[in-house]
Amino acid sequence: MGFQSPALEYGALAPMLIIFGAAIIGVIVEAFAAARLRAPIQLAISLGAVVLSLSQVWRLRGSATTTAAVNSVVIDGPVLFMQGTILILSLFAFFLIADIDAFAAQASAVPGSNEEAKALQSGKIQTEVYPLTLFAVGGMMLFPAANDLITLFVALEVLSLPLYLMAGLSRRRRLLSQEAALKYFLLGAYSSAFFLFGAAFLYGFAGDVSLAGIRSAVSGGPGNDVFLIIGMVSLSVGLLFKVGAAPFHAWTPDVYQGAPTPITAFMAAATKVAAFGAMLRIFYVSLGGAVYSWKPIFTAVAILTMVVGSVIAIAQRDIKRMLAYSSIAHAGFLLTGVIALNQEGLKASLFYLASYGVATIGAFAIVTLVRDSSGEVGDLNRWVGLAKRSPAMALIFSLFLLSFAGIPLTAGFIGKFTIFTAAYESGNIAVVVAGVLSSAIAAFFYIRVIVMIFFTDPEEDTVTVTIPSLYTNLTIWIAAIATLALGIFPAPFLDFIATFATFTR
Amino acid sequence: MNLLTSMGLLPLIGAGLIALLPVTNVKLIKQSALLVSVLVAALGITMTIGFDRGVTGFQYIERYSWIPSLGISYQLGVDGISLILILLSVLLVPIVILAGWNESEGGRFSVKTFYILILVLETMMIGVFAATDLFLFYVFFEAMLVPVYFLIGGYGNGARQAAAVKFLLYSLFGGLLMLASIIGIFVISGNQIGRTFDITALSTLEIDTTTQNFLFLGFFIAFAIKAPLWPLHTWLPDAAKSATPGTSVLLLGVLDKVGTFGMIRYCVELFPDASRTFTPLIITLAVISILYGAFLAIGQKDIKSLIAFTSISHFGFITLGIFAMTTQSNSGATLYMFNHGISTAALFLTAGWMISRRGSSTIADFGGLQRVTPILAWSFFIAGLSSLALPGLSSFVSEFLVLVGTYTRYPVAAVIATFGIILAALYILIPVQKALHGPTTAGNENLTDLNKREIAAIAPVIALIVALGFYPKPALEIINPAAQVTITKAGYSDPQPLVGGDK
Repeated sequence: MGFQSPALEYGALAPMLIIFGAAIIGVIVEAFAAARLRAPIQLAISLGAVVLSLSQVWRLRGSATTTAAVNSVVIDGPVLFMQGTILILSLFAFFLIADIDAFAAQASAVPGSNEEAKALQSGKIQTEVYPLTLFAVGGMMLFPAANDLITLFVALEVLSLPLYLMAGLSRRRRLLSQEAALKYFLLGAYSSAFFLFGAAFLYGFAGDVSLAGIRSAVSGGPGNDVFLIIGMVSLSVGLLFKVGAAPFHAWTPDVYQGAPTPITAFMAAATKVAAFGAMLRIFYVSLGGAVYSWKPIFTAVAILTMVVGSVIAIAQRDIKRMLAYSSIAHAGFLLTGVIALNQEGLKASLFYLASYGVATIGAFAIVTLVRDSSGEVGDLNRWVGLAKRSPAMALIFSLFLLSFAGIPLTAGFIGKFTIFTAAYESGNIAVVVAGVLSSAIAAFFYIRVIVMIFFTDPEEDTVTVTIPSLYTNLTIWIAAIATLALGIFPAPFLDFIATFATFTR
Repeated sequence: MNLLTSMGLLPLIGAGLIALLPVTNVKLIKQSALLVSVLVAALGITMTIGFDRGVTGFQYIERYSWIPSLGISYQLGVDGISLILILLSVLLVPIVILAGWNESEGGRFSVKTFYILILVLETMMIGVFAATDLFLFYVFFEAMLVPVYFLIGGYGNGARQAAAVKFLLYSLFGGLLMLASIIGIFVISGNQIGRTFDITALSTLEIDTTTQNFLFLGFFIAFAIKAPLWPLHTWLPDAAKSATPGTSVLLLGVLDKVGTFGMIRYCVELFPDASRTFTPLIITLAVISILYGAFLAIGQKDIKSLIAFTSISHFGFITLGIFAMTTQSNSGATLYMFNHGISTAALFLTAGWMISRRGSSTIADFGGLQRVTPILAWSFFIAGLSSLALPGLSSFVSEFLVLVGTYTRYPVAAVIATFGIILAALYILIPVQKALHGPTTAGNENLTDLNKREIAAIAPVIALIVALGFYPKPALEIINPAAQVTITKAGYSDPQPLVGGDK
């Protein structure tokens, strides 16, 4: 009996293969290229791979749904849209990473040691961040495309492991950064275990790891319902951890604060797309039939997440922590799209993810600019009077905050409006009311930041807004224009999304 | 291009042009802003003249698809009620610019920014009244907060930032509740007639009672915060006290009218059944507002807070008129919106001049202004008399209509509300007596009277107050058909007066 080699659909897998290939080349470059050449080479490889991959996604956009790699990967509308979104967001993330001085000279050196000082002096830089990011991007692209629980788990790990490392690469405040990395790793490992546990139970329930198999078992197979419930709950824990939903959100503020800001931007924007992509697929495709079992829990989690995120954000004194809690609140809003379980919900989620991701990258890009002599300044009290120093950046940052707050004429408003509409349509009015009320709470802390920036006089302080590099500038302006354009003329983009928004079951 | 859109765009274009002027050329900036606002006012007057009084329903209709997949369109139109409020807005802006020629200086931001904000705000004000698409209305309703926020927080005095934030948070909270209701009615429209935000189409929906009540409350709370109605009023005195007089005029004169306008256009017309259910409660709140505002006004030491509290009382009258649901009370309420706008403008502007001359806003610091600054004193006096609804001045007509109209349906409420008039005499005449009459007290001897620019700003307002007091017919002709439509939509008909002899 000969070994049958599996047929791989290279065309459909091309976007991911390009990214993974580039990541491997990046590793080889690390081994062989001269130190001072590494950064430009890595940047060129990364940007090239992302653009190439994006073009492949664009090529695939109209084609019929296919499954690839022996049914373990599905390429359908939502997947292509999310892959495109992830790629665009990571393009911006690479722009931010390109301003390389956010990263440690030698991550393995003990903070404060002679070795570290020597590394700093020699002008070394840890350029491994590029291939690591590429691996994470590849994992993120695979995550929503996974068609069975095994692939799903592999994708989860591929996207997570590089992120754990990247969180620890910060050049300044390295102890904080390493603590964040360790915390993220431990809790992440724990949640992965839950995920795997859940996957095992779902296999026990359905006798099949493919999403289609689970779907048919849910809608009237002979399976054991207790297994189904345990499986669903554990699987959800793993996913809810990744998106930072309460009560699994505890890592978010620490990691966001400790990680180098470009990495935070990347995590906040792109991970959310990938994780929600996978979650939407699992619940829309496989577990839709068991909606009455998970909807109450998810409703509670969504409401809790919104409220926890909004309320605790008020007490934050650090801009990155505040944005972390804001991202938690947004995870709550996004969960309403999962619960809605209708096509409107899917469309709204896709729009929301794209608009939120863009604004998040833009906001963190501005965070990288506010510095004093020892690096970035996260303390909100030192952001006062920023408008005096840099009116343009202050205005744009306020635009992003207003978009987070969901003020009309920004993309955030359209996102919020469509996602709440979908939730209302599905009859889940409690979630809409909770969402609206926590938006009101959230508005408070966004506005407080705007007040600080515009209406409070700066004390004698050494905080400056550095002149952004070309890459950072590009990121900020494109994000700002997109946020405004999607707020004022969302129609073309909404119609564009509508052509993608059908999951293949 | 259509008149409404041109009118709305003109200030925005003006703001864009002003943005190009050099920051240092303050005079040119002010003149350009004034010119733009006068042009807009001229367009507003043209529109009023061209408005067909005999026709009910919307005129100057424009409609372009905006976000088709969500049934959202850019859709404008005016009926009598919105026309009169747009007219009020576009008349007040040039007056505010002229009257507060120097109030833009010494703020946190540049003079240029001040006028850009004012003109952007003017666009929003026109839009919010002209929108006949619920979504578009909401966009203007919320977007309007941004310029006002910066106007209060950037150019006021005292605890201006706190006041600006309080204003913003109150408004946002209300707005978000309204958003929930908007989503609700949008989903219902999707189920019944296909997704739309067209308010004429929305008013034909059949909504069950419970849902209607909740949706109504979402809208009503938003508007009651805006209007403001007791007990949701607490942001107003702070904001009015901190803002510059010009901003206060726009805030109380126009922006707060969005609340009462919204009650008519959205609460009553979209949810007639729920409006009926809540009428007793709302009438009670309105009467409380009338008396509460009046009582607190009497006790105020600060002249700006005093005007703010009188406004709370007046908004009580307007709300009472709207929910009494008779044609008379409803046209009275709409006319009241206009009259309150102009008499508050007169009060705030004259008070603003007094304050900037004396350097204090405490009533007790003034005394005997009549002798030193006769024109200023007379202007303030007339504005005050209009505010207390003296017959012959404009507010009297509207207050009378509201009370008469209310009496036919809710006699008790009308009788209690009448006490508001007596209190009004107190809260106006006491400061008038203290500040204007009697011997000139120390510190007031050297105040200067109004200059030509200031006279040019206040004269048209006073003229309008007197003219509409004696001859309100032109305004009522515009309002009455629209009021009738509202009453019909709400499912009411006017109670027939009983003639004693025929019983």
